Amino acid sequence: MENNILNFTAVQLANKIKAKELSSVEAVKAYLGRIEKTEPKVKAFVTVLEEQALKQAKDVDEKISKGKAVGELAGVPIAIKDNMLITGTPCTCSSKILKNYVSPYDAAVIEKLKKQDLVFIGKTNLDEFAMGSSTENSAFCTTKNPWNLECIPGGSSGGSAASVSSRMAPIALGSDTGGSIRQPASCCGVVGMKPTYGRVSRYGLIAFASSLDQIGPFSRTIEDSAMLLKTISGYDAKDSTSVDVPVPDYNAELKKDLKGLRIGLPREYFIKGLDKEVEQSVKNAIKVLENLGAKTEEITLPYTEYAVAVYYIIAPSEASANLARYDGVKFGFRAHGEDLLEMYEKTRGRGFGAEVKRRIMLGTYSLSSGYYEAYYGKAQKVRTLIRRDFEEAFKKVDVILTPTAPTPAFKIGDKADDPLQMYLSDIFTISCNLAGIPGISVPCGFTSNGLPVGLQVLGKPFKEEDILKTAYHYEKNTEWHKRYPEV
Amino acid sequence: MKYEAVIGLEVHAQLKTLSKVFCGCSTEFGSGENTNICPVCTGQPGVLPVLNKKAVEFLVKTGLALSCKINGHSVFARKQYFYPDLPKNYQISQYELPLAEHGYLEIGTGNEKKKIGITRIHLEEDAGKLLHAIGNRDLDYSLVDLNRTGVPLMEIVSEPDLRSPDEVHQYLSKLKSILEYLEVSDCNMEEGKFRCDANISIRPVGQKEFGTKAELKNMNTLKGVKDALEYEIERQIEVVSGGEKIIQETRLWDANKKSTQSMRRKEEAHDYRYFPEPDLVPLNLDKDFIRDIKESLPELPADYTKRFVEAGLSEYTASVSASEKPLAVFISDAISGTGDAKERQDIANWVINELLARLNASGKTIKESSVSAEMIRELVLLIKNGTISGKIAKTVFEEMFNRGKKASVIVKEKGLVQISDESAIEKYCDEAISENPKAVSEYKSGKEKAIGALVGGVMKKTGGKANPQIVNKILRKKLS
Repeated sequence: MENNILNFTAVQLANKIKAKELSSVEAVKAYLGRIEKTEPKVKAFVTVLEEQALKQAKDVDEKISKGKAVGELAGVPIAIKDNMLITGTPCTCSSKILKNYVSPYDAAVIEKLKKQDLVFIGKTNLDEFAMGSSTENSAFCTTKNPWNLECIPGGSSGGSAASVSSRMAPIALGSDTGGSIRQPASCCGVVGMKPTYGRVSRYGLIAFASSLDQIGPFSRTIEDSAMLLKTISGYDAKDSTSVDVPVPDYNAELKKDLKGLRIGLPREYFIKGLDKEVEQSVKNAIKVLENLGAKTEEITLPYTEYAVAVYYIIAPSEASANLARYDGVKFGFRAHGEDLLEMYEKTRGRGFGAEVKRRIMLGTYSLSSGYYEAYYGKAQKVRTLIRRDFEEAFKKVDVILTPTAPTPAFKIGDKADDPLQMYLSDIFTISCNLAGIPGISVPCGFTSNGLPVGLQVLGKPFKEEDILKTAYHYEKNTEWHKRYPEV
Repeated sequence: MKYEAVIGLEVHAQLKTLSKVFCGCSTEFGSGENTNICPVCTGQPGVLPVLNKKAVEFLVKTGLALSCKINGHSVFARKQYFYPDLPKNYQISQYELPLAEHGYLEIGTGNEKKKIGITRIHLEEDAGKLLHAIGNRDLDYSLVDLNRTGVPLMEIVSEPDLRSPDEVHQYLSKLKSILEYLEVSDCNMEEGKFRCDANISIRPVGQKEFGTKAELKNMNTLKGVKDALEYEIERQIEVVSGGEKIIQETRLWDANKKSTQSMRRKEEAHDYRYFPEPDLVPLNLDKDFIRDIKESLPELPADYTKRFVEAGLSEYTASVSASEKPLAVFISDAISGTGDAKERQDIANWVINELLARLNASGKTIKESSVSAEMIRELVLLIKNGTISGKIAKTVFEEMFNRGKKASVIVKEKGLVQISDESAIEKYCDEAISENPKAVSEYKSGKEKAIGALVGGVMKKTGGKANPQIVNKILRKKLS
């Protein structure tokens, strides 16, 4: 039974819990058991919320037994990236500076999940403040790729991706600033989606780069991601950048067929340096979709080559301001200093890791008087051009297909000392954040070494249903999502 | 050489919204430390600002009252600096595209009128307060009170159009008065709700180029501003006269030492690294919103002044009457429906010279006055129609103020009606003449003034009730 529970999709699990074939407590216990066995090898979690999860599960079961209305994913355990706040539980951002920080309030997504009766099973590991592509920048531990424990799980939402991949949670939430959901989903062989900027409230998501950050789902199937997306989406008065656009019933939308769907294949994404096996897997995926009635055509996104440069100006600039509040004065880690300046310097010097400091410095420099126009100002202008690239492309096509990442998961330590190489891991995912459009990564094969490969589908703003539908039909006609890592 | 000062002001006024500018916390002054706080205004991880619409409305109101152009599209920006009273270590403010720009404020009266340019007015959040002592006990650490953090502030920046501490004083008084009229700010300097920094330089009279400026901070009262500027002008003239150069720097006014001290030089100035606030979308105001505010603007000091002058008040009286809204409303009520210009001027004089003095002495505001506008009007009428003399009126007013009774009631109660009956007065005049032969002989030998003593004698006998004009007339007749 326990193994069955772990193999159910979130939707299946919810249906069984609602039908009282299975209790939420049983489901949570099965996952806690799996965590006990698997977590020591994978290290996906910063905090496992064992007691709280069991209590929440019991409450849901009680509600169901009393015949009260419950949410569509009621009783299903979910893992949360440790940069979203749940009242009364630690929220570390995988940083020393927030090691003992306890959330004083609920993030907007957490509030929604609570209302829909989901159960928080734990907080997952990430690159410190979501800055990285491997979780190697976590102040606490590096999460391992469940398919090969010597490899990285991708990042920054590596903990969430690995927890779903290794069946320590059926679904999870991550955040994506430059690929932090899609790239680890690709590395770990699961579905990961970044919604349109403004689709999901950022209130209670610890900010990395405010104009790029977006929360999104991880799951093993498209259907689960669609359901979870519906649960967390919608306008929130507490987030002025969230947009008041109706949330469709994604699960109904995704079943519509692909006949006549126009798929764009951007020339700039099939380039030298793209891993041969990754390229082959993506090309095979394109064939599958063509066979399902979709029409493909080559398109061009001419400003693609500037995306990484633009991103590494804008994201650190915003981060340098967003992270200024961690100063030892009000909360979190404080180092003793003889005076205020020394306290600031020691607190931040000891509290932040190397990558975070690197980006704070980059951002501080880019915004400095005399440099602002040349860096931040210019980057904003090019960002507009990148956004226009997509606007032009979407006049011709409905969705765009690309590889999610240029390579499969690499070995832990391989790029840890080479930030520039590391930054290139996000080369195919960054433009999507700069343009604010939705993107999804869906498993599309394995390398000869048995590492997963991801296919990225990008869509028009607030047309998540288009990319979900494309990915859904692809998934239905392939078997990749049925494989589990042996961990 | 003769020098003139060139002064520009940056005024920070707290907007009196009920809640803070980016969260729902109360703005109440004087609550217990760190009670009006929440995750947003204490800068907890993950929080986001939500703009208070009322604060925008108040700022637009101010902008319109100061003849500014209201920017339908404006942008918020982060101003970055580290300080423990600023929880996020950046202040949400405006940099490019503030809400209001290019306005002016008129100072002076008559032919001395002068327009002072308003460069911009923008909306921002206030910072908290640091405590370095508890009572008299100095602390070797500091405490942070975040109640004030996030209270809406508007910064009103003037052009360098002011030329003297006196002009600055006029500008600030006028500005305060306008903000009070608009009911957008309490303008209480003691509570820090109205603060002022000044940029000041000097130049030889006739020179067009500006001199090097110093920025003055920490002036907490109107008098402080005046004193600091006077000191600084003198200091700068001394520096330049001694052949030295002014250094661009920020200087702090020390009210106890009555001097300014250098705080930081230009090269130590902050680089605030402004950039557009990504957590707030640009603010787009629709035309109807601005039009509605424009149409609902209340009468302003200039409107009242104009109306008072048209009613026959002297320009000076009119401008004093309009200096505070409650006073203007009071005087406006008191003079409405009255006969002639002189009567209206008399009424205004009574309010300004007598009532205000009384109220000030007893620490009350005009709103708390026991004497109503109507009561003043009646008092002046009684003088005008000869029922009481001006002198008696003062006694009557005293009673009115202390007991809140109408003048006519007091006059009746105390039998203070003026005696104008000549035969009655003649009797008192005869007595006065026979009792004061010295004054009589002095008057007769040509000392006009000596008659005063005789008039005084009559008034004393009648308890001040005799009509002084008639007394005079009779005495002169008798002594001629």
